[in-house]
Amino acid sequence: MRDAFVAVAYLVASALFVFGLKGISQPKTARRGLRCAEVGMLLAVVGTLVKHEIVEFQWIATAMVIGAAAGTAMSWTIPMTAMPQRIALSHAFGALAAGLVGTAEYYDRHEALSRFTMGAIGLECLLGFLTFTGSLIAFAKLAEVLPGRPWIYRGQNYVNLGVLAAAVAAGVWLVVDPGRTAIFPVLVGLALLFGVFLVVRIGGADMPTVISLLNSYAGLSAAAMGFVLDNKLLIIAGALDGSSGLILSVIMCRAMNRSFTNVLFGGFGAVEQAAEPGAVEERPVRSATAEEAVMLLETAGDVIIVPGYGLAVAQAQHKIRELADILERNGCQVRFAIHPVAGRMPGHMNVLLAEADVSYDRIFDMDQINSDFARCDVALVVGANDVTNPAAKTRQDSPIYGMPILDVSSARTVMVIKRSMSSGFAGVENELYFQDKTLMLFGDAKHVADSLIRELESVVPV
Amino acid sequence: MPDYIETGLYVLVLATFLGFEVIRRVPPLFHTPLMSLTNAIAAISLVGSLVLAGSGRGTLTTVLGSIAVAASTLNVVGGFILTDRMLRMFRSPAAKAAKAAKAARTTAETR
Repeated sequence: MRDAFVAVAYLVASALFVFGLKGISQPKTARRGLRCAEVGMLLAVVGTLVKHEIVEFQWIATAMVIGAAAGTAMSWTIPMTAMPQRIALSHAFGALAAGLVGTAEYYDRHEALSRFTMGAIGLECLLGFLTFTGSLIAFAKLAEVLPGRPWIYRGQNYVNLGVLAAAVAAGVWLVVDPGRTAIFPVLVGLALLFGVFLVVRIGGADMPTVISLLNSYAGLSAAAMGFVLDNKLLIIAGALDGSSGLILSVIMCRAMNRSFTNVLFGGFGAVEQAAEPGAVEERPVRSATAEEAVMLLETAGDVIIVPGYGLAVAQAQHKIRELADILERNGCQVRFAIHPVAGRMPGHMNVLLAEADVSYDRIFDMDQINSDFARCDVALVVGANDVTNPAAKTRQDSPIYGMPILDVSSARTVMVIKRSMSSGFAGVENELYFQDKTLMLFGDAKHVADSLIRELESVVPV
Repeated sequence: MPDYIETGLYVLVLATFLGFEVIRRVPPLFHTPLMSLTNAIAAISLVGSLVLAGSGRGTLTTVLGSIAVAASTLNVVGGFILTDRMLRMFRSPAAKAAKAAKAARTTAETR
């Protein structure tokens, strides 16, 4: 009777998880989907707690109270601008749980493990522990505890691949001889080390891809656990998470015209070092004041705003929304154009704009809006750099050549809000800034937006 | 190959395809909430951790299991709260207009 209840609870939970993910594909059904997933999780937990195997509850209760309290505290008040590091941290916790379960299962059962189960435990622990440390490093970089620059040295790829190969070898050894308990800590240690090595070399602009990839690993680790415990619910939930992370990382890679291997093992960081300081010739740019910019904005009928990571850093989303509101009151059409890799995680800019109360019918993806730049009066770039660089289309020798970009340079006038002339993550100068029609508004995005608002208020009737 | 492994592999393959088909349709607008929702769902490893923490199989198992329970509960609770907070912010244009109208009405009434 009890077993039947557990089986049914797990089955219904699996279906509810799928409904949950299906719901989130549409704004209208998104919150209903979330409710489905919540009920599914509740069923799964209740179904597990009534199992015969569970005989003591004091540790479960203590751990759940601590986890729930910490989870609530860490999620209730966190500002939306800190979302990337918060997500990275949750990947770390999920992977840690999977790794620890694998470890406990190994020490419990190593005398009577089949080769298949040992392989699944090995995979679970490898993915779990490498995702744990990898996500912690990603968290530290995103929270700026560690410098966001990639940390690169000669021969790094050989070292990294060597560590991974050694970890896999340890796993294979255990599959052949599961009773060799001395090897297990080696596997865990190497996995932890590989996670660190993998992510220290990743720079800020590649974070969206890496966060998605870690998401995928955490899911696959849970799926491997499903094989260890012979639990279909775990396999299904893990597979859903794994495929979701994989899809997101493929989208991110495509948006940068790069391959997985290029993101993980090579790429932009090297270019950054190759560019010699001082070798760049001084070129004139048109720097403008808020007053001059407002003269153009006041008469504009169609403005497209392009937000980037700089907007998140300056927390300028609310001010930018105010600016958009004033322009609309002035009879101007204002739209937002978002590049898939803008910011530090998939969908980062959408969340920030939603927080600032920009309704989503004003927000457009790159493919939807790119052809409209040619017809707009002003393209206002707020803290975005590489994703607007026309060199991606025209200069074959550029490291970002081939990357799909927002076609900002075809707008009648381009305004760029930027802190300084420093180059973007790719270490490439942005040709956009040197065009005759480009006005540079130097300063913190929030302050510049604020002065634009004040100037506009004096000319636009309320 | 034992039966349970075979069924398990079938389930894995089918669930992965299902995942691809469902998630491919999620618009970029919701990529961040999607990530935090899948995170909460992947915290299903809670199911495995609960058994370890509560089955009284020895100190090591109980300790590792309890840490795992705390970590995955954190993700379940935190993941659902985060997703809810984000989804609440994404409002449709119509809902926004309704809210603005309601706000205007209340100010008119208080006057």
